Amino acid sequence: MKAKKVALLAALPLTIPVLTGYIVLGTAYGILMDSKGFSLLWTLFSSIFIYAGSMQFVTVTLLAAGFDPIGAFLMTLAVNARHIFYGISMLKQYRGIGNVKPYLILTLTDETFSIVCSAEVPKGVDRKWFYFFISFLDHLYWITGSLIGGILGSMVEFNTKGIDFVLTSLFVVILINQWRSTTNHLPAVIGIASAILCRLLFGPSNFIIPAMLSILFFVTVLKTPMERGKLL
Amino acid sequence: MNYTLTQLFTFFGVVSVGTILTRVLPFLVFPENRQIPKYIKYLADILPFTIIGMLVVYCLKDVSFVKSPHSLPEVISIVVIAVLHIWKKNTLLSIGVGALLYMLLVQYIFI
Repeated sequence: MKAKKVALLAALPLTIPVLTGYIVLGTAYGILMDSKGFSLLWTLFSSIFIYAGSMQFVTVTLLAAGFDPIGAFLMTLAVNARHIFYGISMLKQYRGIGNVKPYLILTLTDETFSIVCSAEVPKGVDRKWFYFFISFLDHLYWITGSLIGGILGSMVEFNTKGIDFVLTSLFVVILINQWRSTTNHLPAVIGIASAILCRLLFGPSNFIIPAMLSILFFVTVLKTPMERGKLL
Repeated sequence: MNYTLTQLFTFFGVVSVGTILTRVLPFLVFPENRQIPKYIKYLADILPFTIIGMLVVYCLKDVSFVKSPHSLPEVISIVVIAVLHIWKKNTLLSIGVGALLYMLLVQYIFI
């Protein structure tokens, strides 16, 4: 019991930036879902069992276009394929961590990844519960945020046009943070250029998978120069 | 939106399963006792930097430069976000101001 409390107290301060971010984004998601006529039940279901912010926003767009489960499944794989890379990055850290491992894997969001990949387990803190509480608190913030949004949305009339731009803003900000955190800007340029090129070639609804293949191609071809460091 | 309960359950279930797959896959391919190849380690280092750029483009996929309002709300908002973020370095402020500005632009100015 004591080990858990120590781990919770060590994890909590690290999750505060995510607390604010998830409450804001989660609320936006809850309001958006409500504005499209979805009951709180589906908002909660999504936030607990999908728990992938950008994909949850995309589900609203997908449902507006009609019922297409296979299309939705492929879209999910495309939009969330980046999780594969987070998983690869955490393979070592999550090794031998015990029975919380499945939960840690299922809740590895962009934000949780950004904390756990850089956080060092403090001395005297149990590794297992430390990682568990970071993941669990973030999950809780997201669920709480979407609940607030869903309830608020049903009480107040909002003009929500453009609210999904929260997500665009988030990615733009992460992009700037990443850009400033490294001297090698080629990966970012490859990502943006591949996506723009494939969007122009394949149109708005079919370009994510070609874009990912293009990224994989350029990143692989440029492996040797890239590892030598500074390129762009 | 008029969907039946079964349709909604199928839809959200499918998205949930797809998401779980993307998260579980690396851990299935590389269980506890298996070595991680050098190439996979390299991808792990590089890919996060490419994927976010792709996601920005994804968010803007339906924007048209040709049709009115010629992507002006998006361009203005993103420029403001970038300037504000480089200046203040406050993630939440940048996101909040950016999204509110965009909502004001599409609701009141470029209707």
